[in-house]
Amino acid sequence: MRDVGIIGIGQTPVAEHWGRSIRDLAVEAVQAARQDAGVERVDAVYVGNMLSGELAGQENLATLVADAAGLLPVEALKIEAACASGGAALRAAYLAVASGAHDYVLAVGVEKMTDLLTDGVTAALATAADADYEAGHGISFVALNALLMRRYMHEHKARHEEFAPFSVNSHRNAARNPCAMYRHEITAEDFMASPIVSDPINILDSAGICDGAAAILVAPGSEARRARRPPVRIAASTCATDTVGLAERKDPLVWQAVADSARLAYAQAKVAPRDIDLFEVHDAFTIVSVLSLEACGFADRGSALKLAAEGRIAREGDIPICTLGGLKGRGHPVGASGAYQLVETVLQLRGEAGEAQVKGARVGMAQSVGGSGSVAVTHILTV
Amino acid sequence: MELPRYHRMRRTLYHLEGSACAACGGRFFPPRAVCPSCRKGDLTPHRFSGRGTLYSYTRVGQPPRGFASLAPYDVGMVRLEEGPLVTAQLSDTEGVDLAIGMPVEMVTRTLRDAAEHGSIVYGYKFRPLLRP
Repeated sequence: MRDVGIIGIGQTPVAEHWGRSIRDLAVEAVQAARQDAGVERVDAVYVGNMLSGELAGQENLATLVADAAGLLPVEALKIEAACASGGAALRAAYLAVASGAHDYVLAVGVEKMTDLLTDGVTAALATAADADYEAGHGISFVALNALLMRRYMHEHKARHEEFAPFSVNSHRNAARNPCAMYRHEITAEDFMASPIVSDPINILDSAGICDGAAAILVAPGSEARRARRPPVRIAASTCATDTVGLAERKDPLVWQAVADSARLAYAQAKVAPRDIDLFEVHDAFTIVSVLSLEACGFADRGSALKLAAEGRIAREGDIPICTLGGLKGRGHPVGASGAYQLVETVLQLRGEAGEAQVKGARVGMAQSVGGSGSVAVTHILTV
Repeated sequence: MELPRYHRMRRTLYHLEGSACAACGGRFFPPRAVCPSCRKGDLTPHRFSGRGTLYSYTRVGQPPRGFASLAPYDVGMVRLEEGPLVTAQLSDTEGVDLAIGMPVEMVTRTLRDAAEHGSIVYGYKFRPLLRP
């Protein structure tokens, strides 16, 4: 296997892009990444996307993107792993370059969610769950996370307000990210006053519906070291799975796929959790941050809320998370979110994160989770 | 909505039918072709009693397309007395203070909005057992 580096990144601001289609968004991100790298050549395009068929009425998406970006007749494939699709696209690009099959590969994450009304988007998001035994019973994706959160609060005698620091942190960081959707800070009081969606989950526990695209250009390590941008190495790229149905796990509060993908990533990068300078957590809901931090070894079972309460997840803390707003603050265009996390991790490692910069960041982890913890893609990037 | 899906699932939806593994004795819901514990493929249909306790619950206020006529509705995860967890809608919860650990039992109810041609989809839900 060859060493793989990231030589270019690009992103569109996350927003409700009423005037722009899925192809417009993808092309903007692709062009930005190619311009950033200053490289013309592209051997393959892997487009991470979850819901283009459901929401935009468009499959055969990767070919559409390759065509719209002027890249024909390049190899182009859509990569789908529910909300982890963006991370999975980079994993596909990494494998293609590491194996020697290709040299210059684009990983794109794109999602266009705002063409449908809420009931259509809610039904579409539920396709990440088990269609026969969850979605087919009217169990929404929010409801699945609410079931987890209620059980977590029961087992660990936690109060809802203890989840506030996660949302407060994401909004604080998003306020310093020009590409974020929710660029305003919130307080714990705002969090508690926010309307309930599926109890105990409220609006500020949840990442919002939006549109966006992000792209990453990768190349062999030898090329990356000669690139015009500061080279960022992909030190680990891993993927692990668990049951799609939440009820089919021995213990739904143990996110085994998340734990497995992190463990494999630590081994591949030869690091431990204490070596990670920043962690882009898949904070689709506050409970997801909690379960992910515990599964990845940053907190013992039942103690992630304490980690947040002590301020350790803040930019100045010992394990900064969601440093450019995370899914909550930047926005969660589902199939694109994993690609945004990676673009943001690169910005941090290059020292280009502006006001949101984590000082001295050299090792960054980005983890993209699909379904209710059923598929997890973890990358560790280093400079 | 996909009527063949619900017809195909009728034994599961009406009888809470899952699987039992002949090799390791594990019992699973929903039904499986390969045992997730011992990874052997010798499974036979197994019907669960429908009795259990509430593992967790919430209320769906923003229903997915196809469930608007039921909203708002309660859903939960139920720990069946035989061991497996099931995620399902809850029924007969009006005026009941739901609580983790409360006993529940399976009932058959309308699962979702009626189809355009009038077909009604029935399936399992769980209701609180008020006098256990």
